[in-house]
Amino acid sequence: MLNEQMNIVIAGHVDHGKSTIIGRLLSDTHSLPDGKIETIKKYCEVNSKPFEYAFILDALKEERSQGITIDSTRVFFNSSKRSYIIIDAPGHSEFLKNMISGASRAEAALLVIDAKEGVQENSKRHGYMLSMLGIKQIAVVINKMDLIGYNRDSFNSIKNEYSEFLKSININSLNYVPVSAREGENIISRNGSLRWYDGPTILEILDCFIKERVEDNLPFRMHVQDIYKFTNDEDDRRIIAGLVESGKIAVGEEIIFYPSGKKSNIKSIEGFNSQSKSEASAGNSTGFTLTDQVFITRGELACKTGEPAPKIGNRIKVNLFWLGINAFVKGREYLFKIGTLKVKAKLEEIHKIINSSDLSVINFKDEIIRNQAAECIISLNKAAAFDVINELKQTGRFVIVDEYEIAGGGIITECLDDGLSGIRENVALRNIKWKKSTITVDERINKYNQIPKMILITGAKGSGRTEVARGLEKILFDEGKLVYYLGIGSIKYGIDADIKNETGKREEHLRRFGETANIILDSGMILIAAAQNINNLELEVIKTEIYPFEAKVIYTGDEILTDVQIDLKVAGINNIEQSIVSAKKYLFNIE
Amino acid sequence: MDHLEKLESKSVFIIREAYANIKNLCMLWSIGKDSTVLLWLARKAFFGHVPFPLIHIDTNFKIPEMIEYRDRLARDWKLNMIYGQNEEALKNKETYPDGNIDRISCCNKLKTETLINTLNGNWKRFKLNHITGQYEIDRSSDSYNGVILGIRADEEGSRSKERYFSARNLESNWEIENQPPEFWNQYKTEFAEGTHVRIHPLLDWTELNIWEYIKKENVPTVSLYYNNVNGKRYRSLGCYTCTFPIASNAKNVDEIICELKTGQLKNTAERSGRAQDIEDGGGLETLRRSGYM
Repeated sequence: MLNEQMNIVIAGHVDHGKSTIIGRLLSDTHSLPDGKIETIKKYCEVNSKPFEYAFILDALKEERSQGITIDSTRVFFNSSKRSYIIIDAPGHSEFLKNMISGASRAEAALLVIDAKEGVQENSKRHGYMLSMLGIKQIAVVINKMDLIGYNRDSFNSIKNEYSEFLKSININSLNYVPVSAREGENIISRNGSLRWYDGPTILEILDCFIKERVEDNLPFRMHVQDIYKFTNDEDDRRIIAGLVESGKIAVGEEIIFYPSGKKSNIKSIEGFNSQSKSEASAGNSTGFTLTDQVFITRGELACKTGEPAPKIGNRIKVNLFWLGINAFVKGREYLFKIGTLKVKAKLEEIHKIINSSDLSVINFKDEIIRNQAAECIISLNKAAAFDVINELKQTGRFVIVDEYEIAGGGIITECLDDGLSGIRENVALRNIKWKKSTITVDERINKYNQIPKMILITGAKGSGRTEVARGLEKILFDEGKLVYYLGIGSIKYGIDADIKNETGKREEHLRRFGETANIILDSGMILIAAAQNINNLELEVIKTEIYPFEAKVIYTGDEILTDVQIDLKVAGINNIEQSIVSAKKYLFNIE
Repeated sequence: MDHLEKLESKSVFIIREAYANIKNLCMLWSIGKDSTVLLWLARKAFFGHVPFPLIHIDTNFKIPEMIEYRDRLARDWKLNMIYGQNEEALKNKETYPDGNIDRISCCNKLKTETLINTLNGNWKRFKLNHITGQYEIDRSSDSYNGVILGIRADEEGSRSKERYFSARNLESNWEIENQPPEFWNQYKTEFAEGTHVRIHPLLDWTELNIWEYIKKENVPTVSLYYNNVNGKRYRSLGCYTCTFPIASNAKNVDEIICELKTGQLKNTAERSGRAQDIEDGGGLETLRRSGYM
């Protein structure tokens, strides 16, 4: 037996016999603990029910009483070739999220169709979801052949119908297997009822699935999961930790972090209770130290110099599926998670909605409801680094969180222009060329006991923003913070002297302001800036300039007059004192 | 990568996600082989450190070797070691070993209730002072809202349905029918105030994987797992009143692996030596719904 483990999902419409197939597989291969079947048979007797192989899986009491699978169940089982985890996915539409949770762990799938009922709603929906999840190896099992007298023509007509469908979503399934799970026909052996069929049994199919290779010939990608420094235990290593999603890196190679564009070389690859390593490759949870102490944060994408760079942007075109109880709508704020990065996001536009059960297109809809799939545009409130799915699938997948729950998932098909690419390139170049101090940002954070960040106070003219900004500066200063107030107008006659009278220079003006802010933040200060009615694009310019430092936006006044995404709203001129107090309280809470 | 490296890598990723996303995090250490592997994986994840406390629920009926082993490793590995106990029930002798209540009620009192009240800080916690080598009352009574646990999906039915990140409400109730989705290394890491979350990095491991890993990494385990003299060893550890050794000649890790792969244990359930499971109708469902781990 190979020392190899493979995860297989069994999907398909409700009642088409998924649990029975697994029950049979376990029982016929003698994979059950002694006495298990007898216990279940006894249970059936006591509850006056006929014994079914599906009961083997229905470990939970309410599933046994309802007779359907609610959640994906993992079953462990060995063939003579290798060991398997078989994931029994629920076939009921209501439990699609459970089916997806189960299926996403699989490397290959068996899709079960009832020979008598034929292709049903979830036969197609599950096929579509498997393709969205990126599972390429699918065998189609036509079950309950005993109910149609093992008829070859009926088998072929289902096979033709379903292979047409799979072709339309770019899946080629070579294997269509007729079985009767109830009678044990063609599960692990041929009992003679299917003389016209000379293909493999279910067990043979499982053993034929190919183990996905670790893809370390692809570009290196690793989302920074954390930066560890356990100084309390006299360990002065600063370790960048994460799971290598594709490719590999070796000691001495140069790493670029996106979107900040910061660079350094790998000094060492760290481990615990392992021989010293000089390389880490796809699939490894690893950690490395760098030759320069660049300031980076969780969520950045580590890539390698000389390999294709990822895309960076904040508007993306995606294909997604929605699982949330509440619909995916415009105007509402969501969390977008890709790898370890988490940013706020909004639905900008819906291109089309696809009914995932028959792939029909629904036009003119302004929301995406549960179990629908869609092509749409999502805008992020901060630039993210990613790949488009055709180039690199590992870093082209994301999820959407609504309130506290994962409510949707999808793949990125295109990075759309957001008008900031010029600025982003400039910032990346500046970071590369930056003359580094021997004191790192982390050391400043520890020494000053504060995290440098920008507090941008904006609002209408006369809304009290400068009063709040100055008041906040004073109160933080009195508490011993290193803090600096900078009105955006202050740079007009100095840094901006050459462009102050020119029109159409708003972006350049903001860029220079952002560069100035970046220097102040890099010195470890908390910067309080005030600017009149900043809009969201302008805020994006500033955020891009100071990344990975953060900007928090406080709005003064009752009514928000721009599209800017704010973090806190305060009264402003009507109650300066209280505005300062709530601003301070907010800052204290996010520390 | 072989299958053990894969399992290790995923578990490490999950432990790091928990640490990055959850403020008051702890790890439950039952002293058994699974949670000791879990502890080992935490040391892997953080390069030799364990940046959160280890919590042990001490029923006072644990086999003495277990406590000795716990304290030895806690000292050697400089662990932030904490234990909790149901002092009230022990004082009033409301226990199964005292003959006053049945097994399930005893588990509920000494384990489930104790766990809940130790985690939320309502009851006293005892913390190891590394200078004196003694346990003293933990001055902090902060509630832990994240617990990392070593349960495995292959142990019994209800555990096979668990998520890697599983949120519980204030009453520790588990809504099996309504668990959040998990896919592409994305877990539920956003929570409403008052939620607590259990993290299960070992879900995909089997009993055999655990032993293979113990062998590979040379993880120290309690001697009770091995047949030391009388042809008996423990396969699963718990209170001495309700956990019984199995007949086995396996004297070391290699022999246990051999026994699991080909020998007498191939087709018997791991928890067959746990009397409370049998009392619960063959599963842990009743216990687990109310917060048993």
